[in-house]
Amino acid sequence: MILGGRESRLMILTTVVIAMVLSVLPLPPWLVIVRPAFLVLVVLYWSSMTPHAFGIFLGWLSGLAIDVFQGAQLGEHALALSFITYLAVRFHLQVRAKPIFEQSIFVLIALLLYETLLWWIDGWSGHALNSPTRWVHALTGALIWPIVVGVLGRTHSPR
Amino acid sequence: MAVLGGGSNRSHSGRDSSPGFRFTLYAILSVVVMYYDQRDSWLTSLRYYLSAAAYPVQVAVSSPQALYSWGTESFQSRKSLRAENDALRVRERELSLNQMRFAALEVENARLRALRNALPPVAERSLVAEVVSVELNPLRQRLLINKGERDGAVFRRQAVVDARGLLGQVVRVGPWSAEIILITDPEHAVPVEIVRNGLRSIAVGAGNSGELLLPYLAVNSDIKPGDLLVTSGLGGVFPAGYPVAKVTGIKRDPVLLLAQVRAQPLATLERDREVMLLWFAQNHPASPSRDDQKTGLPANPNDVLRVLTPAAAEAAAANPRKAQPDKDPE
Repeated sequence: MILGGRESRLMILTTVVIAMVLSVLPLPPWLVIVRPAFLVLVVLYWSSMTPHAFGIFLGWLSGLAIDVFQGAQLGEHALALSFITYLAVRFHLQVRAKPIFEQSIFVLIALLLYETLLWWIDGWSGHALNSPTRWVHALTGALIWPIVVGVLGRTHSPR
Repeated sequence: MAVLGGGSNRSHSGRDSSPGFRFTLYAILSVVVMYYDQRDSWLTSLRYYLSAAAYPVQVAVSSPQALYSWGTESFQSRKSLRAENDALRVRERELSLNQMRFAALEVENARLRALRNALPPVAERSLVAEVVSVELNPLRQRLLINKGERDGAVFRRQAVVDARGLLGQVVRVGPWSAEIILITDPEHAVPVEIVRNGLRSIAVGAGNSGELLLPYLAVNSDIKPGDLLVTSGLGGVFPAGYPVAKVTGIKRDPVLLLAQVRAQPLATLERDREVMLLWFAQNHPASPSRDDQKTGLPANPNDVLRVLTPAAAEAAAANPRKAQPDKDPE
């Protein structure tokens, strides 16, 4: 079956909501620092696998949800996440063809870009936080990318 | 949605506008939203409803933890309950002893002030709220509580305490929930004074829940470990006289002009399950001046904190020993 249609959209939204819950789940402080941005990873996955189901809108909406849940400036995560969603949509054919290890490197770069954008926006809006801990999640995110692919790959038939 | 079930050549079809164009649209939308969120505008009410929509999820997410603590509380043994009961009884006796002395002191104080009656307590009304979720990391020290505007008009910049001391202030209010910034948040500053000698300063959050910093004290200022810091009443948010922290360490480097002072908050920030919201009698001498709340405030709560800091610092520098900083705001 080719992805598309109502069921797969429902599946995408379900996984996005689960990822949202995972990324706001209360955890001890040291775990919060290494917690990967699950929602960003899931959005990256779906936007490179089915770029036409939602497209960049998925990234924008998820980013807005992060803004609301984290009490951040509205639009901040929305902008950063729609940017890397755009990259995923734009380069989905190239990235999808790569082996999983190289995909992880792309994910690392995307997450670093995402965090850089957030960092800039934080600085521009006057509450710059220059702690090195904010970059840790990019690394852990890239490390668990194969697991994300493995889990989400089971939600639809292989292409 | 049959259209979307097409072949794999869909990615080459030219039906959709290009992703670059779409991204540009979303980017512009985001920037516009950010621009208006920085200013006080209609977005404030949008955020109010968004926080209402997010609240059920936040409750659901913290429910396993809440269930666990409820469970351990329900299945406590009789013995541990009795032990706790005894401890509470002892504490209650001590408190009522103190209370007796307090009543006498209050009357005496009132006499000294040549007033007819003792002043009523500065906190007019309080509301107990439960902590829904906690966010404690070096970047953000925040709590989400289960009381909001619909539960007795919780307002922004409202002071929040726990049983031991000052906890923080409300930064964002939703219909049924509110977000609290803790005094240990790196973006928060609270005007304090030392009980022993009335020296004023500002306590800034250090980003971990056990520490406050006092970066604006001169190297030769009279402060020592163990000094109790209370709110000074400057800055218009917190009333005077609420305990904040105890000084734990002072480093005096003769090369630097300022001493490096660390203090430990009295409130048990990381363990609180319940907090108290306070309302103050408007015309009480110790209540925070509400003048600045009537005038327009910046939309971003962080701006409020930044506005508050230099003003309070200036006031502290100008009259370090003035007895009553802000009289009733007439």
